[in-house]
Amino acid sequence: MTKMLRGAIVAAALASCIPFVGAQAEVTELKIMAPAAPGGGWDQTARSMQHVLQTDKLVSNVQVLNVPGAGGTIGLAQFVNASKGDPHALIVGGYVMVGAILTNKSPVTLDQVTPIARLTGEFEAIAVPANSPLKSMADLVAALKADPAKVSWAGGSAGGTDHIAAGLILKAIGGDPKKLNYIAFSGGGESLASILGGKVTAGISSLSEFDAQAKAGKLRILGVSSAQRLPDAPDVPTFKESGVDVEIQNWRMVAAAPGITPEQKKELSDLVEKMAKSKAWTDMLKQKGWADTYLAGDAFEKQLAADITSTAAVLKEIGLVQ
Amino acid sequence: MDTFGALAQGLMVALQPMNLVFAFFGVMLGTAVGVLPGIGPALTVALLLPITFKLDPAGSLIMFAGIYYGGMYGGSTASILLNTPGESSSIVTALEGNKMARAGRGGPALATAAIGSFVAGTIATIGLALIAPTVVDIAISFGPEDYFALMILAFTTVSAAFGSSVTRGLTSLFIGLSLGLVGIDLQSGQARVSFGVPDLLDGVEVTTLAVALFAIGETLSVAAAGSRAEEVIEPVKGSVFMNKEDWKRSWWPWIRGTFLGFPIGAMPAGGAEIPTFLSYALEKRLCKKPDEFGNGAIEGVAGPEAANNAAAAGVLVPLLTLGLPTSATAAIMLAGFQQYGMNPGPLLFATNPDLVWGLIASLFIANIMLLILNLPLVGMWVRLLAIPRPWLYGGILVFATLGTLGANPSLVELGMLLIFGLLGYVLRRYDYPIAPVVVGLILGPLAEQQLRRALAISVGDPLVLFQSPVALTLYALAALALFGPLLFFLITGRKAPVGGDED
Repeated sequence: MTKMLRGAIVAAALASCIPFVGAQAEVTELKIMAPAAPGGGWDQTARSMQHVLQTDKLVSNVQVLNVPGAGGTIGLAQFVNASKGDPHALIVGGYVMVGAILTNKSPVTLDQVTPIARLTGEFEAIAVPANSPLKSMADLVAALKADPAKVSWAGGSAGGTDHIAAGLILKAIGGDPKKLNYIAFSGGGESLASILGGKVTAGISSLSEFDAQAKAGKLRILGVSSAQRLPDAPDVPTFKESGVDVEIQNWRMVAAAPGITPEQKKELSDLVEKMAKSKAWTDMLKQKGWADTYLAGDAFEKQLAADITSTAAVLKEIGLVQ
Repeated sequence: MDTFGALAQGLMVALQPMNLVFAFFGVMLGTAVGVLPGIGPALTVALLLPITFKLDPAGSLIMFAGIYYGGMYGGSTASILLNTPGESSSIVTALEGNKMARAGRGGPALATAAIGSFVAGTIATIGLALIAPTVVDIAISFGPEDYFALMILAFTTVSAAFGSSVTRGLTSLFIGLSLGLVGIDLQSGQARVSFGVPDLLDGVEVTTLAVALFAIGETLSVAAAGSRAEEVIEPVKGSVFMNKEDWKRSWWPWIRGTFLGFPIGAMPAGGAEIPTFLSYALEKRLCKKPDEFGNGAIEGVAGPEAANNAAAAGVLVPLLTLGLPTSATAAIMLAGFQQYGMNPGPLLFATNPDLVWGLIASLFIANIMLLILNLPLVGMWVRLLAIPRPWLYGGILVFATLGTLGANPSLVELGMLLIFGLLGYVLRRYDYPIAPVVVGLILGPLAEQQLRRALAISVGDPLVLFQSPVALTLYALAALALFGPLLFFLITGRKAPVGGDED
């Protein structure tokens, strides 16, 4: 095994010696920051990028740096301060960061980085235990309209995507988001256990968390937060189909350092686009079960701004941000 | 027959020479990272995931299992010899284990930890293979109110078990509870006592606090005592291995520790720390020579070590049967499963039986391998203590700092390590017990979250806390722990045995 490791290191070293010929000759090395501990979604995104960029020989030397803490805001602050003007630095981030910046009153915001592209995303789903009296989204809406406090939701940490999605749903049906009875859990396992055990009325999380349980008949999925029905759950209606006007995606993106020139930004954008369109990347997404929601340029920046505005509004209404 | 047939098939998979090599590599690596404070199995497996991507799924999962169990072993070695708990679940081991090591009984302490881990790991793995589906149904039925009752039980037993004076113990506990308030509150998303320092938003890391209080605090007090400290550390006194009495005193704690660790580990919010606290308290209560507790009682090593290994196997119950990752390592293993296109969940046993049974079988193999590797090394490990004191403590300082910085390269983290080290020194100087500080930091936030969840679900009705039979049973046990000694006195007219000092 150590031999194998050594072999891998030698191979990597050799690969970095091969002179690279191509359009991106300028980008020979990249540092990607994953503002989270190893193993999580952002870390896996950063490492998948590293893998694809290196195996497709788009960039010969890619390093991933983990800076965990506080919903990514610690890594973000370090990135903004240390990488200013560095054309070889990238940071992975996502929708969770938008909320964390607001609730943590982070001194650094996403305005201070140079957004490159949205890469992937997951959609939210609402699940109830198989024996729950709630059979459809309409039943849940009725229960929420009767008394929102009596509907307890299990999901991830306060101010995260799950919490925001639940707040948006209550708001969309005309309820008061302040009355949302949201129970935060620190890990997917604990919150899933409370749903399976019937301790809460409903659970809200990304679809992949519920998928296996739903296939085994232990959970019923009432709706998903995408615009169209999802290939993984073709029988589940979207929130919009059920008359709840909420569409939300827990996206992950990649951004560059502040203060880089427009040429450098274009170079990085081209590189990321090339990666996102490669077969290796598509295979990686399929293997990880991530949806390809690639979006770049002005369209992405517009979407990002819209997400920040709507998130700030709903967090204020839930009462998490003053 | 089905289960045993499947298990035999699994053993065949795990016993293939290449898979044995993977298991060997895993346990070695796991032991190494377990010894280093701060760097644990979760981080190691996460860093290995991209490398193992191209390897055969069975082989890499077997390696992960080896890392997982190996980490547990390594943690106890550092706790016993260096008083530097490498993992939060081996904090309790440091209490008696290090005392034993200083009295020249490091060999038996390491041996009882290794054999106890083996016994517990084996029983718990059998439990995992045979009764996982039943256990998981019970574990899932635990609601927040039941967990809160479990925390109350832990608080009452623990505060009675540590330290010579209840007030001093409670003072230490409250320091820990206060530290537990630091950081973002999970339920409201608001920052508490973080003074605008972003690094404090995630709260105080348990291993940082434990390493600082135990290792740095002790180094400071040894340095402060200077030449006046004439406590000689004898690396070996008597047999390096366990004698007959050690065996006799270890058996029951191993078994009891296993039966505390496995079910609590299987609970989605149980964890590996609580069973070690409960086991320590229980052994202290049951020990025939309670005055040895605090001065190196072998029961205080045997029980908690068995408990933490059984809990490690317990964590795999919800992971394999339901796909619920309930610890950091389990979450990473789940990512490992998904990397090979498998979805752990209710269907995993049906869709990938060879792999699941291969994994369970490889846990057996990892356990045996750890025992074979570790027992002969005991004699070598204890020689560490023969190092002259200035070198030894210098080494401990380097080691503690490297471990902490390795896990989180941040100046604030380093500062916390030093400040808590000073706190550890002051507590020692004025004879306050140290363990309750760490216990408070671990249990405080857990108890708070569970209480608030229970109350939120019931829309503020406090009666929900007393409506479940499980919770009521746990409260009854807590009352027994609290008032038991008094009853004992009233009935027998004799004072209940109370343990000696704790460092």
